[in-house]
Amino acid sequence: MTGGKSVQERYRRLKESALLREEDLYRRPVVRVGMATCGIAAGAAPVKEAFTRFIEEKGIDARVVEVGCMGHCYAEPLAIISKPGFPALCYGYLDEDLVERLVEDFLLNDDPCYEFALVALETNDVFPTFSDFPRGVHEQKIVLEHCGFIDPGDIDQYIATGGYGALAGALAGEPAAVLERVKESHLRGRGGAGFPAGLKWEAAVRAGGSEKYVICNADEGDPGAFMDRSILESCPHQVIEGMLLCAYAVGAAQGYLYIRAEYPLAVKRVQLALEQAREKGLLGTAILGTPFNCDLEIFMGSGAFVCGESSALVRSMEGLMGIPATRPPRLAESGFRGRPTVLNNVKTFAYIPPIINRGVDWFRSIGTAENPGTAVFSLVGKVSHTGLVEVPMGTTLRELIEDVGEGVPNDKAFKAAQIGGPSGGCLPEASLDIPIDFDSLQEAGAIMGSGGLVVLDEDDCMVAIARYFLEFTQQESCGKCTFCRLGTKHMLDILTAITEGRGEPEHLEILAQLAGDVKEGSLCNLGKTAPNPILTTLRYFREEYEAHIKEKRCPALMCKDLIVYYIEPSLCSKLCSVCVGSCPTEAIYTRTDGLKAIDQDKCTKCDNCLKTCPPDYNAVIKLSPPELLAEKEGKGS
Amino acid sequence: MSKKVTITIDGREIEAHEGEKVLWVALDNSIFIPNLCALKEKEHPSGSCRLCYVQVEGRPEPVTACTLAAKEGLSVQTRSPQVDRLVKSAFELLLSNHRLGCGRCPRRKSCALLKIARERGLKMRLSRLSALELDVEIDESPETFAFDRSRCLLCGRCVWICQEVARVGALGFTNRGITRRVGTFREVSLAQSPCTECGLCVEACPSGALYFKEKSDDK
Ligand SMILES: Cc1cc2nc3c(=O)[nH]c(=O)nc-3n(C[C@H](O)[C@H](O)[C@H](O)COP(=O)(O)O)c2cc1C
Ligand code: FES
Repeated sequence: MTGGKSVQERYRRLKESALLREEDLYRRPVVRVGMATCGIAAGAAPVKEAFTRFIEEKGIDARVVEVGCMGHCYAEPLAIISKPGFPALCYGYLDEDLVERLVEDFLLNDDPCYEFALVALETNDVFPTFSDFPRGVHEQKIVLEHCGFIDPGDIDQYIATGGYGALAGALAGEPAAVLERVKESHLRGRGGAGFPAGLKWEAAVRAGGSEKYVICNADEGDPGAFMDRSILESCPHQVIEGMLLCAYAVGAAQGYLYIRAEYPLAVKRVQLALEQAREKGLLGTAILGTPFNCDLEIFMGSGAFVCGESSALVRSMEGLMGIPATRPPRLAESGFRGRPTVLNNVKTFAYIPPIINRGVDWFRSIGTAENPGTAVFSLVGKVSHTGLVEVPMGTTLRELIEDVGEGVPNDKAFKAAQIGGPSGGCLPEASLDIPIDFDSLQEAGAIMGSGGLVVLDEDDCMVAIARYFLEFTQQESCGKCTFCRLGTKHMLDILTAITEGRGEPEHLEILAQLAGDVKEGSLCNLGKTAPNPILTTLRYFREEYEAHIKEKRCPALMCKDLIVYYIEPSLCSKLCSVCVGSCPTEAIYTRTDGLKAIDQDKCTKCDNCLKTCPPDYNAVIKLSPPELLAEKEGKGS
Repeated sequence: MSKKVTITIDGREIEAHEGEKVLWVALDNSIFIPNLCALKEKEHPSGSCRLCYVQVEGRPEPVTACTLAAKEGLSVQTRSPQVDRLVKSAFELLLSNHRLGCGRCPRRKSCALLKIARERGLKMRLSRLSALELDVEIDESPETFAFDRSRCLLCGRCVWICQEVARVGALGFTNRGITRRVGTFREVSLAQSPCTECGLCVEACPSGALYFKEKSDDK
């Protein structure tokens, strides 16, 4: 493209003024409060308000700024305090009292209250930084690099980090150069399937025609996954810049961000980001003074899980029912409005600016040969440090769970890692040393999916877990094709029967056959992946299925129909009766000897008595199979 | 006019138009491939019944013939252990949600399911699955035909014909997942819908779901 020099010059001016503003901001103390959806849910709004109020009351010259999520969701509400003369320090588990103390002791006086600090952001002599913790050793941030550190509502803060520099550099050269780099980077799409982004873009270039579209898939419907939401809420400009680079490479003048309607904060922040980019001449017509025009808009998704599937997504944008279609054609040939369309995930686009900026060699030096770059996970379930993490591809599941997530809490034993969302698989302890990448996970029967990782412990029943995920996919099936519509229904019915104690020996064989057929025979990837939770639990936890079917026993003591509650007389105390009050159905009575017992006919297995029985006694236990009760009662009374 | 190519189906060399779907090439040459949802006139196949699987030489997994385009040198087997397994499975899944009792079915002489069963040696009863609950309501409101949902296989042929050929638009798909069904806008009876009783949907139905009151296989 012509005028390369003036593009760079325009960008240099933008960046200079952004840096000046930033320098000016940090002349005084700045408090950055984590205000993504996760932070707000943890109570960040009153924390921010408290900072503002106390700072005002004490007449301090300091600023309070909203930032997104830095990934340490377990410790929210979080804030980073930067004060000239001190390293920037991050504080977690904030409440009003702690805020008051920090304002008083740190901002007003010079005591940083190290006892409450979690981590320092810059290397210093006094306080450890991220890299001093096991998590920091593994973590390497590309997509999440700026998340939680900059104000998503201020484009200058993104520009000050070098943001939009990749776009300026690209516009000074040819579109083909961008395509070449993305191809050489071997970046694989992060929406689940891992298809090489460069090849997809190239197909759209080859498709010809003058009208093309770029769409960002932010439909993120997996229960428990929130990476894409967090990225859009925390650093929307990186995604926007990635989309613009793609639009330039393939020759698209219009793009859309397909965001699910349940993400109102993401929608709001992206909207604001688009406006600010337009004002700066980074979006719209004659971008950075070049002939390149491209506008982006938000399209709010209707919410059905299957609308995240590429052909269903495009149909729903066209006002049709969100139902997957047969291929060919691929979207790159005939997508939105029948035009060549590139659809990529939020994270895929977020990788583009760093790849263009820092180069292909840098990117490919991270991760593995076939899977360059990082993997972003939302780490949830029975793990101490839940949150959003980014580690190089090839990191093992064990490192991710034990080092980054700090293991299973409450002295419980690890049972399985459920990875890849509802269509992922459950991997056992023995699989923890496999490296995290698209291919290894697939081999083990799971999938990378869009990056949900749920840690399960000894109290989780694997049959019930498989049933839970299948219930989700069965409900989310659009119903178009035979295997998915009817196959998921029959599999769910069988799993329900097993968890309710109606399992038959032949069920396992039927389940395995059906799962294989649905996987192979379904029309779209919803159906093709829906059996994964069943296939992996059958493969790794078959004995749990057998216990349910043959002994009517739930080894994890989770399936209600296969357990009874029992108060162990040798542990119960005459002096205590909290369980009696906790029971909503008055099933617990006091025996003649003063100990408590449960009337099984009245018990609804609500678990209240077990929860309220004081730790000194721990007298309430669960028995499975229920027949054990007769034995116990024979001995106990 | 598109170019002519030679493809092989079950060892037979057959001439076809390039890009033509293998399902139609086979059927036109008297080679049977099970199918329910395909319509020759429909440009973009719906691919929903999943019965038309065939084995393509050089590809490990079976492929649906209704979406498979003919190209020079393509070699296809209509049967293989994998194909048979998938077809048998899809067939039983459909049966589990279909009212049996063929003796009383108006389409008992021209039913596509019976034909598939005959051709592929499949049983018209469930072996491993239990029968699902059926939609029992029958819409007898039109004068000339009736719609029995308990026999509907959701192939969608009637819907496409009603919308694209008859251009009436009385029938459409409603609901999602296991509750997906063919129905009218706002679920009114056919008589209250824009239906003109042209009868094209009845002719397109491969099972006993849509049938003429006077012209069933009995008469
Ligand atoms: C049922 C279903 C749901 C999906 N949901 C999403 C989603 O929420 N976000 C996403 O990026 N991709 C989703 N995908 C994958 C998309 O079809 C598509 O492969 C992806 O957006 C392409 O982007 P990528 O190449 O950057 O991964 C889904 C696929 C299926 C089958
Ligand atoms: S005929 Fe091919 S899927 Fe129905």
